[in-house]
Amino acid sequence: MKVKVLSRNPDDYVRETKYDIQRVPRNYDPSLHPFEVNREYARALNATKLERVFAKPFLASLDGHRDGVNCMAKHSTNLSSLLSGSCDGELKIWNLTKRECVRTLQAHEGFVRGIVVRFCGTSFFTVGDDKTIKQWKMQSPGYGEEEEPLNTILGKTVFTGLDHHRREGVFATCGQQVDIWDEQRSSPVRSFTWGVDSFSSVRFNPVETELLASCASDRSIVLYDMREATPLKKVVMTMRSNTLCWNPMEAYYFTCANEDYSLYTYDMRNLEQPVVVHMDHVSAVLDVDFSPTGKEFVSASFDKTIRIFPKDGGHSREVYHTKRMQHVICIKWSADNKYILSGSDEMNIRLWKANASEKLGVLAHREREAANYNQKLKEKYQHHPQVKRIARHRHLPKNIYHQAKELRVMREARRRK
Amino acid sequence: MKLKKSKKIKKRPGINDETSAVSDEMQEEDSEDIAAVPDAIRYDEDEGEEDLNPELKEQVGPGHRLLGRGHRSTRLEERSEAALLVSEFGANAEGDGAKIELSDLLPTASKKAQKQIETLKKSNRTLDTPLSRQETERIHRDVAFQKVATEVSQWKSVIQQNQQAEQLVFPLNQEPSGPKPIEHVVAGWKAQTPLEQEIFAVLNANKQPINNPILTPAEEESIKAMSLEEAKIRRAELQKARALQSYYEAKARRDRKIKSKKYRKVHNKAKRKEMLKQFDEMVKTNPEGALEELKKLEMGRMQERMSLKHQNSGKWAKSKAIMAKYDEDARKAMQQQLEINKELTQKVATALNNDEEDEDDEEEADTEEVLPDFVNDVEKAGDASNPWMRGKLTEEEQEKEQESKMAEEVILLEDEEEMEEEVNEEEKLLREFENRRKQQEEDIVDETALSEFTSIIRGLTQKPEVETIVDNSTPLEEGLTRIQTLEDTEKLQETDISETAEPEVVEIVQADETAKETSTKKAKKRKRNIELKEVITKESRVVTVPLKVTTEEVGEEDMEDEMDQRGLIKEAFAGDDVISDFLKEKRKKEDAGKPKAIDLTLPGWGEWGGKGLKPSRKKRQRFRTKPAQAVVRKDAKLPEVIMSEQRDKSITLHQVSSLPFPFENYAQFESTIRCPLGRTWNSEKTVKKVTLPRVVTQLGAIIEPMGREELKKSQQQKAEPHTATNQKKGPNNISNLLVI
Repeated sequence: MKVKVLSRNPDDYVRETKYDIQRVPRNYDPSLHPFEVNREYARALNATKLERVFAKPFLASLDGHRDGVNCMAKHSTNLSSLLSGSCDGELKIWNLTKRECVRTLQAHEGFVRGIVVRFCGTSFFTVGDDKTIKQWKMQSPGYGEEEEPLNTILGKTVFTGLDHHRREGVFATCGQQVDIWDEQRSSPVRSFTWGVDSFSSVRFNPVETELLASCASDRSIVLYDMREATPLKKVVMTMRSNTLCWNPMEAYYFTCANEDYSLYTYDMRNLEQPVVVHMDHVSAVLDVDFSPTGKEFVSASFDKTIRIFPKDGGHSREVYHTKRMQHVICIKWSADNKYILSGSDEMNIRLWKANASEKLGVLAHREREAANYNQKLKEKYQHHPQVKRIARHRHLPKNIYHQAKELRVMREARRRK
Repeated sequence: MKLKKSKKIKKRPGINDETSAVSDEMQEEDSEDIAAVPDAIRYDEDEGEEDLNPELKEQVGPGHRLLGRGHRSTRLEERSEAALLVSEFGANAEGDGAKIELSDLLPTASKKAQKQIETLKKSNRTLDTPLSRQETERIHRDVAFQKVATEVSQWKSVIQQNQQAEQLVFPLNQEPSGPKPIEHVVAGWKAQTPLEQEIFAVLNANKQPINNPILTPAEEESIKAMSLEEAKIRRAELQKARALQSYYEAKARRDRKIKSKKYRKVHNKAKRKEMLKQFDEMVKTNPEGALEELKKLEMGRMQERMSLKHQNSGKWAKSKAIMAKYDEDARKAMQQQLEINKELTQKVATALNNDEEDEDDEEEADTEEVLPDFVNDVEKAGDASNPWMRGKLTEEEQEKEQESKMAEEVILLEDEEEMEEEVNEEEKLLREFENRRKQQEEDIVDETALSEFTSIIRGLTQKPEVETIVDNSTPLEEGLTRIQTLEDTEKLQETDISETAEPEVVEIVQADETAKETSTKKAKKRKRNIELKEVITKESRVVTVPLKVTTEEVGEEDMEDEMDQRGLIKEAFAGDDVISDFLKEKRKKEDAGKPKAIDLTLPGWGEWGGKGLKPSRKKRQRFRTKPAQAVVRKDAKLPEVIMSEQRDKSITLHQVSSLPFPFENYAQFESTIRCPLGRTWNSEKTVKKVTLPRVVTQLGAIIEPMGREELKKSQQQKAEPHTATNQKKGPNNISNLLVI
């Protein structure tokens, strides 16, 4: 008879140094770990509950403007800086980590209509209601120096929007027409018109950097190529679009924020019909910005809420609101994909987490692993009614809730007809 | 150039004398310029002049020639009238009303061009009016848009790749962190400072090594070349080897020629022995080779068994057999033949063979030895003290079985046959369960397959041209309640339950005398049935889990107390018969589940009704609806189990009611749910793989929009699919880095 003796190699279970992690021998025999589905389901349910409990997206409010915040710009090389322009022509530069205003300057008379930071991050451009384009240094002036723009260009008409090329010293403004400017010249290099109308915003395509798109007040969206003399294409919608934003990772998709409470994602090659219609807002959508990963975008609305939509989803995955936040006029998604910044009517800029229940800061390895596991569990059991119910529940202010309900009823009625 | 000149000359007559002087001077300058041209070129010009149309020449006047030559004096004498028609191109029509022909203007035009001109002359079509500005703009726009659209479509592959990617890491063009392999560092290093550049220039010029600084090429060559002594030694070795070889060959030849039978016999035997020895060794060292050897031996044996070679059945053997009676040699020879046969047909017993034979036995033994049965027995000690907490429902039944078996065996032979079938089915079921358990590990693979599948679906739904994105987002369930604590989530659930609770289905139970009668009859029948079930000899499979002993062995001292306790409990539960209770309960459940006969007879219709009068039998039969055949219960063959097939509302709350979006059938969805993700069930590696997040961003890093590099990368990957797959495996893949 054979006698089997347990013999183990000490190398298998003795640590080399005391800093090694203890090796935990495991027996994966499924009969030893029964009810796997039930247990994981319970875990998933708990994870979703905790997610909702920990969903506290509001981080900070930056106050200091003396009028509604009309426009904002991210710094192109610095994550912690934010520029904001208000309706009284004041421009502020904020330090987001300290949550304080670093610099204030009276940029324009009347509204600051647009701000854009040059790709190098050393200077920025502003346009305002006083028909001027101004270039400013990013560095604050030294002691005794006056706050003065580097360049000032006086235009013939009011400029309503502004955007800078991603790599070259070229920027675009819009107003009565869309102008392409060379930084070195005081007159536009090229100006595009298509019918008589005014434009509300112009945006460069961040991937195909020579392309632009603009929203016109005649309810149309017009595409341009900087190299061509004529505009490329135009799509006329039922209502006016306020702004648009290109997907930074997908060259031919852009999303526009429309007055008819919804957002439309278009494929620029086929403008006949939008690829996705994103609807959840209950009032005009005023601004939209893509996450730098191109997977989601955030929209600001006149209904005093911010919503986050997946790029291919018709409904929002998240809605942010606070009691004191009024009509949200401008919105930005930070370049590290972690935060959302909203500027609203009541003179405040708010800092939100992009992922409401995410733990901020550096995560320990085990924390991250656990978070990943929980995330996957939530994904796996997302179709189960209890999980779904908890995960998708959001609190809404009463008036918005009722408005949404009303809209739903109206839509249903229209559909039935 | 000539034409230009002539134009100037022709213009002269049209201008006043005052200006003519000036122009004269200019001409002079011109002519001087031309005069300064070297002869060779001038000659060419002359030739060109001669090619000129004679008419044109005449019109231009003789001056042009002189001009070419640079003779000033003759030109001055020339005077001409102011012409009526002054051609812009210096070509003039002859006389009044004459027109300049196209051919006049293109004297040097090739024949082809002239032909074209002629055809143009023949066709009298007028040109179309130019398009309006709007129209031309539209065309321009269309063209430009098409161009841009095709340009932008380049990104399609990148976008699709990213959509299907298992994981995306942002920022996109990140340098892989961590230490780089030294080859890359060395290969990537370049001389930058002027001093370094100088040094490298010198090194290159002298063919000195740069990357491998140990040996120069010359040194390497010298190393390659052998020294004389070494060469000598090598030669000697070779010679020796050759000599040895020849010796062996000679010896073998000699051996082969030996004809002595005895020698052969001994030789063969020795050979065989040695072979066996070798084989045994081989079994230890090289089992695969040994197996092959074994096969060969086996083959030989087979052949021997098949052939009649040593079986004394041949001619020679027969003749010997006749002789054998008298001749001892013949007898011996025959004996030898048989011996040989025996030897050859003997099975080779080796370690390998033994192993194979033993294995089966061992396997049986193993299962018993590794997990002894008592491990799986539940709480021996508790068993002793509390007879109905044993957890073995069948034990008493088994006793019953044996008693009842004897009596029933004779009667229920046929029934037993059925039973056996049932038992078999039971076994099948159990086996299925076990298989499902086993499948879990496969399901992990399934899951990865599924994720691929979903990604493929994503790819498919991204139709190449139409590009409609499938919206799988459902609207948020927005409400007026806030979730701030865990209790709130519970409340949310509760409200949900109350909302979804449906009115219960009212069961119509009609109890009638007849129905009761039938039911009691059935019950009697069933009693027999149940007893049949109790006879089942097959035990339900117990999951073999080595349970931790929760109660200690009963010590001798405690025995008395223990006995007391047992007695106490027995006394306390004297009237309880758990098993019969269970069976009763089960029967009740079964009865409740059975469809019932409904009697719709109304007394008094068509006959007399009243106290003590029953509707006639005929009528009752007419108005009784027969019950539908009862559906076979799932626990019909499991005597120890009650399986409720009714929908449990508390569970349905947690169940998915309809098939969710990306799945095509229930099996797919269930397979995703079935396989666990956690550490408890999977190895560390699979857990890592399974819980890989879709999007990874780096803390505090700015994510730039996609650049042109990505396009190039994806194109490269397309061109070299091998490297593409490499890249998927790991970002730090060396071969991939080398390619890029």
